[in-house]
Amino acid sequence: MATATYTGTEKPNYLNWKTSVASWLLTYDHKRIAILYLVSISIFFLLGGLAAAFIRLELATPQGDLLTSDVYNKMFTTHGVIMIFLFLIPSIPAVFGNFLLPLMIGARDVAFPRLNLLSWYFFMAGALLVLIALFRGGIDTGWTFYTPYSSSFAKGEVSLAIVGVFLAGFASIFTGINFLVTIHKMRAPGMTWFRLPLFVWAMYATSLIQVLGTPVVAITLLLVAVERTFRIGIFDPNLGGDPILYQHLFWFYSHPAVYIMILPAMGVISEVLSAFSKRRVFGYHFVAFSSLAIAIIGFLVWGHHMFSTGQSMYAGIVFSFLTWIVAIPSAIKIFNWMATIWKGRVHWDTPMLYALGFMGLFVIGGLTGLHLAAMATNVHLTDTYFVVAHFHYVMVGGAIMGYLAALHFWWPKMTGRMYPEGWGKLAAMLVFVGFNLTFFPQFLLGYMGMPRRYHSYAEEWAVLNVLSTAGSSVLGFGYLLPVIYLTWSLKYGKVVTERNPWGARGLEWELVDPVPDPHNFERIPIVTRPAYDYAHPEEPTGFVPKPRPVVVGGKDG
Amino acid sequence: MWNFPLVPPTASEEGVGISLLYWTITGLAVVFGSIVLFGVIYLAVRYRADNNAVDRSNAVDSDLRVELAWTLVPLVLALIMFGWAAKLYADIYAPREGYYEVFVIGKQWMWHCQHPNGVRENNVLTLPAGRLVKATIISQDVIHAFSIPAFRVKRDAVPGRYNAMYFTPTKPGEYHLLCTEYCGTKHSEMIGKVVVLPEKEFQAWLEKGGQGLATATTSMGGGAAAGGGTLTLAQQGEQTFKALGCNACHMNPNSAVKVPDITKTWGSDIMLEDGRVVKGDEAYIRESILNPGAKIHKGYQNLMPPYQGQVSEEQLVQLIAYIQSLADSSTGGN
Repeated sequence: MATATYTGTEKPNYLNWKTSVASWLLTYDHKRIAILYLVSISIFFLLGGLAAAFIRLELATPQGDLLTSDVYNKMFTTHGVIMIFLFLIPSIPAVFGNFLLPLMIGARDVAFPRLNLLSWYFFMAGALLVLIALFRGGIDTGWTFYTPYSSSFAKGEVSLAIVGVFLAGFASIFTGINFLVTIHKMRAPGMTWFRLPLFVWAMYATSLIQVLGTPVVAITLLLVAVERTFRIGIFDPNLGGDPILYQHLFWFYSHPAVYIMILPAMGVISEVLSAFSKRRVFGYHFVAFSSLAIAIIGFLVWGHHMFSTGQSMYAGIVFSFLTWIVAIPSAIKIFNWMATIWKGRVHWDTPMLYALGFMGLFVIGGLTGLHLAAMATNVHLTDTYFVVAHFHYVMVGGAIMGYLAALHFWWPKMTGRMYPEGWGKLAAMLVFVGFNLTFFPQFLLGYMGMPRRYHSYAEEWAVLNVLSTAGSSVLGFGYLLPVIYLTWSLKYGKVVTERNPWGARGLEWELVDPVPDPHNFERIPIVTRPAYDYAHPEEPTGFVPKPRPVVVGGKDG
Repeated sequence: MWNFPLVPPTASEEGVGISLLYWTITGLAVVFGSIVLFGVIYLAVRYRADNNAVDRSNAVDSDLRVELAWTLVPLVLALIMFGWAAKLYADIYAPREGYYEVFVIGKQWMWHCQHPNGVRENNVLTLPAGRLVKATIISQDVIHAFSIPAFRVKRDAVPGRYNAMYFTPTKPGEYHLLCTEYCGTKHSEMIGKVVVLPEKEFQAWLEKGGQGLATATTSMGGGAAAGGGTLTLAQQGEQTFKALGCNACHMNPNSAVKVPDITKTWGSDIMLEDGRVVKGDEAYIRESILNPGAKIHKGYQNLMPPYQGQVSEEQLVQLIAYIQSLADSSTGGN
């Protein structure tokens, strides 16, 4: 990585104390595993983005002229499968959760370091199978794998891709279990539940979903593969199965999965807004419990994906009711974040720009979710570009803005180098503008009825689609910039010599070396203050106790 | 190129209410969104680090009253919107009376529509203005979705089950008919048009056997010729009934086999062997033809062979119409 090999004259850090390839591939260090994940998912992000570029190019004209229908269908499937399963779901938990959780709670590592490494291998094995399936002709089921299309009609390596997603699912489960146990059992002395940074609360809620939800989708997808291979009737009505059952099982996970993507980003936003406003997060308890409320209620709303399928109307009414309710905790977070900025000292650095951008895009994504929570408008809008726009505002505008905020905020801690601030700001603004230009027109297209997953479309929708495609080129450039300048900064960025370049609160800034020690803390720290105690700059959040003096020849203690 | 509307036409009674709901939620979203967007910008600028001219005293970091305010106000608004939307939803999906019924069969990659008088249309659905329409929708292969944006309605076409939806076209004209559930290679070509005619013209069109009016292929794509013989859907069903040999046992007073009286099936409550009571509706008749053993009429034996794979969805629709017509004539009409 960035810093020079350890020569024995400087204090070693987690990056340079061992440098062999094996020391990386067999590491149990949560920070190195985070870097392994970071490198892998960045590659997948670029691949998924490439597929998106083909989609937008095809849609620049109403006729299906650039790609054939089949190739187009494979492109949006590739885009969805890679972005959801290989990028968004692992993104913040596996990279920043892994890197930060032990540092934030004052632990040496996660509870099960070997399981943590195993999780990365499962993830990579799953990703490899998915990529093999994609390169051996691709699959055209859409990322949702709806039956009976996926089980009885689609050609290609559907089963292989499903086994890949199944394996990647286990990576997610392992990470979730690890974090739950770590948060319960490994908090440093004095790190009470209500002194935890809100990022840790968000990771806790996320882990609950990962552990409870992922097994369901894993088994469900495996059943699709079973039906496909052995023709055992589970979902295909011609074999005696029920296709709607598949949708219930699939969305039981895949709706909460949206919260796996957005909750960690919300945790990041709490950290960043507080650090760059120099103020304690307003309404700490409300923000913390709203994460749990989202995780729990989020498990009971899956049927809102199925209002037009023919599920019982009364079931639909309950699902709609709960969907309106689950919007409330998100609103609580937004208002508390606004109050956090109020009377703060706001620094407009790059991470803050991404955090503010998150607020803007997530609010639009969340509020357009109301049109979809409402049953009657849902019927009109479901499976149109309105839905595409809505979930991109939440999952890209929300989750990826949070991811980029985190990447810039903790970059000096992870690499020991600072990213170039000017380029950072430019990229943040390009992403914000490009994103809105790409996805806002899609709300209008959706209300007019343009269906999603269409290879060709009616003439009157052309102008808005051209706008969207133009916006996507700005957005693509905005995403490429950080890839370039962050890589550049590994070698040429300003070396960070201080522990806390942002003047932020939190153990990872106050008590950990500029680039963390392989073992994080010399001794387990003792926490004495609540999180975000910006009101008392003279009081550190905690301290690392001095070693007990050894009395030679005397009795210990 | 320069024809780009920003809203779809509104051509059904139900669509008017759904549009109003849409714009009301949009209005609320604009209000709340503006509060947050402009609020965040205002606060972030006003409290920027180098601005020492602002008052930062009493910067509390929690307050139960404001928490309650920004929890309860959105909650109340949410519950109102929820109720309103559920009511409009019931209008298009819950059973209603006094409708004109069409059957819609989706298959890769076309829409097949059948009128009660026997007229058939492919990728075109011709409807009368000002009358409540019930569309009974099913798929022959994968899941499709039958979407008419101008009416603000859609319903999934699911293999193996009849889904119904209700709407009242109001404005004569031509509108998009789209498949909105991804269904394979030519998903984006599974399109057509809905033609709404004034009631009189529609009746004339029906009487001419669906010829003449709705045959032109327009810019909306699709547009296969309407067709159909002189038989109504129920009469076609009677022919199918005989062709499949159903009449050897059913509707045969000299039958050696004891069979349930299918003239009483439609709309009645049917007692089953296991004590359950089911409604004699499309779903029951369909299942009893394809898989007769699934629900055995109390007092009868499972003697009928299953017709799974031997009857097409079109024939099933005809048979249902026939059985329905038997009940209608025996009870003196609907």
